[in-house]
Amino acid sequence: MSSETQKILTTDGIPLEVSLKKAEKKNKIKAFLLVAPLLFFIVITYIFPIGEMFTRSIDDRMVTNMLPKTFKAMETWDGKELPSEEVFAAFLSDFRLLAEKKEHGKLGQRLNKEKNGFNTILKKLWRKMKNFEEGNAKEQIMEIHKRFRDVKYWQAIKRTAPPYSMAKYLKGMDMYYDEDGKIVQVEEDRRIHRILWLRTLEVAFFVTIFCFLMGYPIAHLLATLPMKYSNLLMICVLLPFWTSLLVRTASWMILLQQQGIVNDFFVWIGLVGDDNRPEMMYNKTGTYVAMTQILLPFMVLPLYSVMKTISPSLMRAGKSLGGTPFVAFWKVYFPLTIPGIGAGCLLVFILAIGYYITPALVGGASGTLISNQIAYHMKATLDWSFASAMGLMLLSGVLVVYWIYNKLVGIDNIKLG
Amino acid sequence: MSKNLEFVKFDKVDKSYDGKVLVVKDLNLDIAEGEFITMLGPSGSGKTTCLMMLAGFETPTNGEIYLDKNPISNIPPHKRGIGMVFQNYALFPHMTVYENLAFPLRVRKFSKDDIDKKVNKALSMVSLSGFENRMPGQLSGGQQQRVAVARALVFDPQVVLMDEPLGALDKNLRESMQYEIKHIHESIGVTVVYVTHDQGEALTMSNRIAVFNDGKVQQLSSPDELYEKPVNSFVAEFIGENNRFSGEVTEISKDKCKVKLTSGTEIMANPITVKAKGEKTIVSLRPERAIIDPQKDMDNNHKGKIEEVIYHGDHTRVRLNLLGNKEFILKVPNSSSRMDIKVGNQINIGWNSQDSRALDPK
Repeated sequence: MSSETQKILTTDGIPLEVSLKKAEKKNKIKAFLLVAPLLFFIVITYIFPIGEMFTRSIDDRMVTNMLPKTFKAMETWDGKELPSEEVFAAFLSDFRLLAEKKEHGKLGQRLNKEKNGFNTILKKLWRKMKNFEEGNAKEQIMEIHKRFRDVKYWQAIKRTAPPYSMAKYLKGMDMYYDEDGKIVQVEEDRRIHRILWLRTLEVAFFVTIFCFLMGYPIAHLLATLPMKYSNLLMICVLLPFWTSLLVRTASWMILLQQQGIVNDFFVWIGLVGDDNRPEMMYNKTGTYVAMTQILLPFMVLPLYSVMKTISPSLMRAGKSLGGTPFVAFWKVYFPLTIPGIGAGCLLVFILAIGYYITPALVGGASGTLISNQIAYHMKATLDWSFASAMGLMLLSGVLVVYWIYNKLVGIDNIKLG
Repeated sequence: MSKNLEFVKFDKVDKSYDGKVLVVKDLNLDIAEGEFITMLGPSGSGKTTCLMMLAGFETPTNGEIYLDKNPISNIPPHKRGIGMVFQNYALFPHMTVYENLAFPLRVRKFSKDDIDKKVNKALSMVSLSGFENRMPGQLSGGQQQRVAVARALVFDPQVVLMDEPLGALDKNLRESMQYEIKHIHESIGVTVVYVTHDQGEALTMSNRIAVFNDGKVQQLSSPDELYEKPVNSFVAEFIGENNRFSGEVTEISKDKCKVKLTSGTEIMANPITVKAKGEKTIVSLRPERAIIDPQKDMDNNHKGKIEEVIYHGDHTRVRLNLLGNKEFILKVPNSSSRMDIKVGNQINIGWNSQDSRALDPK
């Protein structure tokens, strides 16, 4: 039969595919129009800012724009011996232009980061260059300071030529480019970011564990209790959702502070002495307690929605077949809740890894996380490109977690309700 | 080997969930070893509760249940060694068919070889060999059902409970599964306690049927006796079809009584629960026991008007207005001879007084 290769026609003689497309067209347009507002919103508020963040984090065009002629002249320079007269002349002309715009100080600061001592010699150059004669730039500049005769300083300038740089990302990992352009680690006592990253992972991990340990029994109770009790319990679980995050964190501050309710209670029952009240806030303990409470619903809800679908007769079957209650739970019930556990843990972990307000308020010095550092650079140092770089590192960290989860459990198995 | 006639024994069992209403009232029931007994009744009659008490998922409020002479109220479900087939099969969806069947054997610490042997045997018993590595979700309803049966039997339990196992299947499959379960029971001789609300299922499968209503066993007897000789009007109505006349006993002897109907006519009946003159009664008659134009002398012979004729293929159901009962049903086998069965015609109906049973008025 040749009908398999033939195009199937409708009764009117139009090819079936064309006819189907025509019939579906209206629905497709309708569907797109319904989605369009959200799509527009996401592009404007999400995809565009992330792109902006990325360009900002790798942007290093400052020197490139300041010394255009120099870099053009340097294209032919091999970078091994001192550059030619041409490069010196171009540099001098660029520098004069900057001096007119009074931007030569910025260049000095930027190049000083690349190679110590640059700022001083540039200042000296600025003072002396008024007396320069026309031509023979190389000799006159080298005359000003012996560092101008050192090839390393010229190499430093050449290193800033590319308009993009990964320096901010390296800084986020406590590393930098040294004078030879190699990636090296900063001195041990100045490695603050790596500690923060590790602490963020540690806090997120333990908060996820605590949420799981506390959320699993609650979710099980919710799924098995009769309706009238489970509704009440559900309201209790959801109550945190309906209260402002700030209010909840503030109430934890009232509870946990040294003269707070929890400490008063400990003293009252004689667990600790009045003069020896433990610090439960402005450290990691406070961060753990408050974050666990705040993120608990995100663990309970996916677990609940999965447990609700597990028929109680499965546990009964497990027991009637001879399994002890524990065996029935471990072999039958628990494996069936894994999609919910995965969803809950992923959700809590991702939220915890970027948590800001709670650690900022109750974390203190030892309880701040990477997000607080990002906020610090956004607001205090105004180093937005560094903040962007760390934000993107955080984002890629989340994507890695997501990828690992997908490999281990499979993202299709996730159930959020 | 003499059979233990009290292999499972319910002894004065009461059950209440809320302390106000008794779901099961004073249940006394003996089940013999190797017997196929069905608990039949409308929903809410307490039959499933009885099964759950036997399985150990509910505790009796009062009374005791014995399994092979041992009281079992304080034994948890997993130590009772009772197999169970659940209403929705309750197969473990994350395990293969093999793992499902191996579960009861693994928890009993059987060796790998024994497990393989037993699983293969159980699967071939339900003709599902070769399905070991399928997941339950990949099986049809009937296959899942058979896996559930195999799983309940694979560890050789003394008793198997089945809680409406065929409820979710379509009609044809249900019928073939009925025979299959019956044959399995006959071949391995395990004691089966079966719960259903489908009387056809109960009649075809069981050795004995316990009809439940209102938390009580209304009648416990073999299928034929249940159908032919219901002891009260609930059983008569619940099992099969029946035509009912309500009236008052005007004359009574040992095996015959005269009942005066509300229309004034008197009919002859078989006194089952009525004892004396003047008692109110409901007379029950199976449709197939009434005959059109009776040849022989029958002690009941009356004229009725045909109200409706419903064609059923192999037989025709005729609704008559007979002695004031407008819902009198007659079953006429499909044959070309009866051409006078048309709406509006008058016909003669006769039956033996032995077949019309005078029962309690409810």
